[in-house]
Amino acid sequence: MSHAAPVTRRISTYLYRRPTLALALLLAPPLIWLGVVYLGSLFSLLVQSFFSLDGFTGQVVRQFTFSTYRDLFTRANVDIILRTSGMAASVTIAAAIAAFPIAYYMARYASPRKKALLYLAILLPLWSSYLVRVYSWKLILAKEGILNWVVTQLRLDGVLQWALTVPGIGGPSLSVSLLGMFIVFGYVWLPYMILPIEAALERVPESLIEASGDLGARPAETFRRVIFPLALPGVVAGSIFTFSLTLGDFIVPYVLGNSALFIGQAVLAHQGTAGNIPLAAAFTVVPMVIMAGYLMAARRAGAFDAL
Amino acid sequence: MSEGVAVELRRVTKIFGEVIALRDVSLEIKEGEFFSLLGPSGCGKTTSLRLIAGFDHPTSGRIELHGVEVSGLPPYERDVNTVFQDYALFPHMSVAQNVAYGLMIKRVPPHERAARVAEMLSLVQLPGLGDRRPAQLSGGQRQRVALARALVNHPRVLLLDEPLGALDLKLRQQMQLELKAIQQQVGITFVYVTHDQEEALTMSDRLGVFNAGRLEQVGTPAAVYEHPATDFVAGFVGVSNLVSGVTAAAITGSPETFTIRPEKILIRDAGTAVYDGMCAADGRIRDVVYLGAHTRYRVELAQGGELTVTQQNVEATSIDVQAARGRPVRLLWQRAHNRPVATRSRATQS
Repeated sequence: MSHAAPVTRRISTYLYRRPTLALALLLAPPLIWLGVVYLGSLFSLLVQSFFSLDGFTGQVVRQFTFSTYRDLFTRANVDIILRTSGMAASVTIAAAIAAFPIAYYMARYASPRKKALLYLAILLPLWSSYLVRVYSWKLILAKEGILNWVVTQLRLDGVLQWALTVPGIGGPSLSVSLLGMFIVFGYVWLPYMILPIEAALERVPESLIEASGDLGARPAETFRRVIFPLALPGVVAGSIFTFSLTLGDFIVPYVLGNSALFIGQAVLAHQGTAGNIPLAAAFTVVPMVIMAGYLMAARRAGAFDAL
Repeated sequence: MSEGVAVELRRVTKIFGEVIALRDVSLEIKEGEFFSLLGPSGCGKTTSLRLIAGFDHPTSGRIELHGVEVSGLPPYERDVNTVFQDYALFPHMSVAQNVAYGLMIKRVPPHERAARVAEMLSLVQLPGLGDRRPAQLSGGQRQRVALARALVNHPRVLLLDEPLGALDLKLRQQMQLELKAIQQQVGITFVYVTHDQEEALTMSDRLGVFNAGRLEQVGTPAAVYEHPATDFVAGFVGVSNLVSGVTAAAITGSPETFTIRPEKILIRDAGTAVYDGMCAADGRIRDVVYLGAHTRYRVELAQGGELTVTQQNVEATSIDVQAARGRPVRLLWQRAHNRPVATRSRATQS
């Protein structure tokens, strides 16, 4: 120990006696990054949305105005917002319904080995490129694709054809329809729903479930009154992922969509092709407002009471 | 107290994988009785309780509640309630909602529910705390809420799984008395799991001592303490000296194993006369532990082995007792206090 350089030793002792300084030194770099780069750009985005585009010169007029938001709430743009929110909401609900049984099995019944395998199976898709997975779904969902073949073998092709005729969500084939988009969104975001629900369920002690049964509640009632309320923070956390990821995504609508735009595509189009940065900024504010509203509603519904 | 049988286990065996948690246990608990299941951890006492509650089901044998077989029934079909070791209070509900849970499930109308919850909270001395969250309560208060939540349903049998285990000594002793008082007030059969022999002796009408999945002895506290059926019971319920083999032969003339309680033995000067009907053993005091009201001596016997002896410090001071170390002594006790015991549990363990 006597060979230790006295300078490093002195620094160690100095920091040991000033834990606040040590903490500040550790936290400063990430906080500066978060504050300046992330929040800063978010703020500049917000500011941009209150500027406007001069339609004649194509220049951004740096003057405070609500005119961009007036543009945002035109019929066509409101359609985009509603379509995207509707998709995000349905994907979230479907993902939650699909994720819950898997998460419940992992948290309550799976042996450590099975649990590790399931974790791997859930995380494995995330290791490959998102783009590759979306394009492979394009092939799966195509008219000549495997899904169509399976459906035909099961003699359910009539049902599929009927579903594709539904206006708004249908299309010539699953690979060019909102229905197909819904399937792919549900697939790509499912892991983000399973993991938080699993974590929440794992924190529910077995004895609470036993206590509910002991007090006379049948399993369905125990689920409704004890298990689900305690897993709700996990469901909300997962739905924040699925909801906001769907709201902001432009690749899935681009690959599987038709002419009906989604928010992500609108942002891309306005800030790239059209050069209308203010309107693009206003579009990106929409998901943030929706998410804030959603979180507030979840809080009022008591989703975080058990935290 | 009526003479009906509240809980009956008939030749119950429970196997978890390769572990035999209960071996062929038969047990009758009477209505209105405070019955303790006593034993070290892993002895099968909690397993028995969980089988009665319905959280687990016996591998073989039957369980009856008030004469009706319940072996295959789920917990929500049984008229018993449980106080859990970790209390298992619902964290997302207030204290009042926790206590009202069973009533709500049974569709008791809200106004009646509120009245019964308030009544129960005052019985467990927590009036006015109904709006708190469990997280805002102390350990002792949570324990009371757990008790109220179970009792409010007026179960015919209340199961308690080491309910005082997490409390400090003072509070535990206070709660022991309160629990006993509440049990006498409500007249419900209590089945109480504990590893604390003092607790079991203090509170129970009768108790059953478990060891390694077997029920070793059932009886009143006095009977179990004074007439332990096996060497295990003798050692677990109170402190006891187990004397066997050569040492036993030297003292009683027979190599049969017996136990003798430390407080029954007198320490006298070496060479003190031995009267009829008394046992004697010569030895040397090896260790002295001064415990305030009494002192515990360990005496190394001349014929091999050692005996633990406790003596009230009626006249002796701590200085006197410390000075006794190393002194040659003669130990005397009434032969009638010797308890022959079966060494069944030892034989099965080896």
